[in-house]
Order: sequence, then C-alpha cells, then structure tokens
Amino acid sequence: MSARTGLWGILTEPLIRQNPVTLQILGICSALAVTTSVATALTMSGALTAVVVLSAGVVSLIRRHIPDSIRLIVQIVIVASLVIVIDQLLQAYLFEISQRLSVFVSLITTNCLVLGRTESYSRHNPPLRAMVDALGNGLGYSLVLTVIGAIRELFGAGSLLGWQMFATVDQGGWYAPLNLMLLAPSAFFLLGGLVWAIRSILPEQTEALDYRPPDDPENAA
Amino acid sequence: MADLNPLTAWRKFLGLPNETRTKTLGIAFIVSAICALMVSGATVMLRPIQAANRAVEQQARLEALISGIPGMTEILSQAGGSLSTVVVDLNRGAAAVGVQPETLSAALQESANWTALTPAQDLAGLGQRPDYAQVYFLRDSTGDLSLVLLPISGVGYNGLIDAILAIHADTNTIAGLAITNQSETPGLGARIEEAAWLDQFRSKTVTDASGAIRFAVARGQAGSEYEVDGITGATRTSNAVTRMMRFWLGPDGYGPLLGAIRRGEF
Repeated sequence: MSARTGLWGILTEPLIRQNPVTLQILGICSALAVTTSVATALTMSGALTAVVVLSAGVVSLIRRHIPDSIRLIVQIVIVASLVIVIDQLLQAYLFEISQRLSVFVSLITTNCLVLGRTESYSRHNPPLRAMVDALGNGLGYSLVLTVIGAIRELFGAGSLLGWQMFATVDQGGWYAPLNLMLLAPSAFFLLGGLVWAIRSILPEQTEALDYRPPDDPENAA
Repeated sequence: MADLNPLTAWRKFLGLPNETRTKTLGIAFIVSAICALMVSGATVMLRPIQAANRAVEQQARLEALISGIPGMTEILSQAGGSLSTVVVDLNRGAAAVGVQPETLSAALQESANWTALTPAQDLAGLGQRPDYAQVYFLRDSTGDLSLVLLPISGVGYNGLIDAILAIHADTNTIAGLAITNQSETPGLGARIEEAAWLDQFRSKTVTDASGAIRFAVARGQAGSEYEVDGITGATRTSNAVTRMMRFWLGPDGYGPLLGAIRRGEF
C-alpha cells in the first residue's frame, strides 16, 4: 500500500484486499466467540470499531510525544480505558446484549487488531488518516464477523437477527437446526473456508511456503 | 531564572526530547491520570442505570423461575401478592432484627456483618459470607408456606455465579433454579443458563434419610434422584454448581433457616 493513497483508498483497502481477519488473521479469538448470532456479532463489531477509531485518533494526536521506551504501555492504557468506557456504556444502555457478549467486550483490549493498527499506522500518521484507516479496519473486521455470524445463525438456529427464516422442527417446520454451527469449532471451519475462498479469488494474498518438508515429493527431484 | 508561567512550562515540557527521563515519566503520568479520570467518570455516572438494569433482570428471572414451577402460577393467582420478602439472619436462622430489605445493602457495607469462612467451610470459594440475606417466601391461600426462594452464589470457572434456588416447604425438594448472573465460557459452562438444563432441578431431592446433603451435578448422566446431568466440557462449572448448592444448603449457608422452616417457625 503506497503511503500516498487517498482517504477513500485507506478506507476501502482493509475491507477485502487487506482484511485484518482473513489476510492478517488478527483478532480471530473474538471473531470465533461472538458470532453465534448476527446481533452479538454486530454489537461486538460496533464496539471494536469505536475502540479502534478512538484509540487511533488519540494515539495519533500524541504520536510526537510518546517516548519509544514506553510506547506499548501508553497505547495499551489508552485502548484499555476506552474499552472499559465502552463496556460500561453497553452495560448501561444495551444490557441484554452486553450480557450475551460477557467477557468478550473487555477482551477487545487484547485484540491484536487494535494494537496492530495503533502501533503500525497511527503512530506515524496524522489523526484523520489514522482514524480513517482504523475505521476501514474496523469495518473489515465487522464484515467478516457479520458474514460468519449470519451463516452460523441461519444454519444453527434457522433465523437471521432473530427473525425466523426457516421454520425449525421444534416449531413444527421442516428445518432441523445444525447445532454444530452454534459451537465454537464451526467458526473455525467457516473462517478457514472464507480465507480459502478469498485467496482463490485474489491469488496475490496467498503466502509463500516458509518451509518445505524434506520428504516432499516435489523436493525430491 | 525560574519560569512560573504554566503555559511556557508546558511548552518546554513538550519540547523536551522524547527519550529524556522527565518526559517519559511525565507522559506516563499524564496519560494514566487522564485515562483514570475517564474510566472512573464513566463507571460512577453509569452505575445507577446499570444497577436499575440488574434489578429489572433479577425481577424478571424471579418471575420466570416462579412461573416455570408447575402449579406456582395458580398459587400466585389464587392468593394474589402472597410473595413476601424477608431479610433473614443466617446465623440464627430467623428473621433479622433491625435490618429491612431497604437497609440491607447499607448493612452489608459493614464488615462486621460478614463472617469469614475457613477453607474447610468455604465450599463455594467465597472467602466470606454475609450474615444477612434477602429471601422470598411464597404462601398459598391458607397462609401456609409453599415455597422459599433463596439467592445463592459461588465461584465458577471464570467468575461469580449468582442464582436463585426455589425449594419446597419440606426443605428437601428442589422446585427450580434460576441463574441470575454468570460469566462462564460461552457455549460450555454458560449452558448452565439454558432452560433445558435448569429444568432438571425440578423435584430433585437434597438430602437422604440421614440428613446428609447428597445433591450433586453428576459427571455425565444423572444416576439418582439427587443428581442432575453434568455439562460436557464444563466439569469445573458443573462442580462449582454442586459446591455452591451444598454450601448454601449446608450448615454455613441456609441450614439454620431451613431447620427453622422444618420446625414450622415461618
């Protein structure tokens, strides 16, 4: 990505081509945990996007005054405080959903996506560019979460955002819910499938092999 | 030349090279002070709303618990408003003297109203136990006690589990359990909140003929009238529920109160 990319480019680049989850495989812990339904995935996405944008703005504002020796601590303190504030806001105004997200909102602090953006981008760029970049990354994360959340909710419970799409057997319909979709492993499968699909369409994302096993037949010749 | 103008002092501070000790310490201090203000401000300002949310939630769970117990809604509709709130003294097993539901939270602020638990007593991992607890009595139309609702808590795998246990007036038959607060692993331990699992508590027996507490969350399938099925993959949470139930039904929990109920004192 060239340093002179316009703001629009900074915003749209992380959506698919530089997506933090599917390309950089960052922040997948929460992506796996909160995607059992679209509502929780959306709330988590909103919370993470708010945190990453605000922390990018703050870090970028004080970027010339952060001593290198304590820069990680300073960034983490800023991120953690923002996370606590957002968590408190959720508990006050979106109590139901905050109960379902439980500890994962607080765990945004340790989401590598947030620290990754502040450390690699916000520290070297003016506030507007930093916040647009953070927003792009937040939206890229949200996109993946929403897609996985939608697939899991649709096949796991036959609904989308709480609206029943398929009538399940329990309700006298035809659809037998795939309970596996509501368990954590299904998110691994889906995320893996998604990464595979994106890399098949955009082959430049495929990484070179780091290491070739000695008994690899291609190596033997 | 001491410059006392704060603005120039601030400029001078910002002008220092980033790696000097003064600037490093100064920036660390300023960032943490601002963050501390922000966090405490948000916590203090939002606390009333959060407390109200929790109270509503607690009430809703209580109502769901009562309506889920067979026959309970009929008793409620016959007798009308017969659910009474009582603060009990856990040591004496009787209604507390001088502590009302309204003054309970103030009373629990004082450490004198808490009892420290020895490791042998402390099944639920709480460390200490309040001397007063707010319980709910449900009476049928003749005024006889039909059901007691007891708030219980214990340390689970990730944090505190709060629940309300409904027990019949014979003090030996469980009428139901409602989890009011937990932070167990989603998909595993957090399944203690699922209605299908909680439904099993209905009609389970707490003690055997000798009076020893036998209730347990089984490992795997329940094998007796004292057991409910364990949750696969959540052994620690299942064990926590067992210990929490045994603690609160035992002599250091509601034991004295249950004894008084058996003697017909309520």
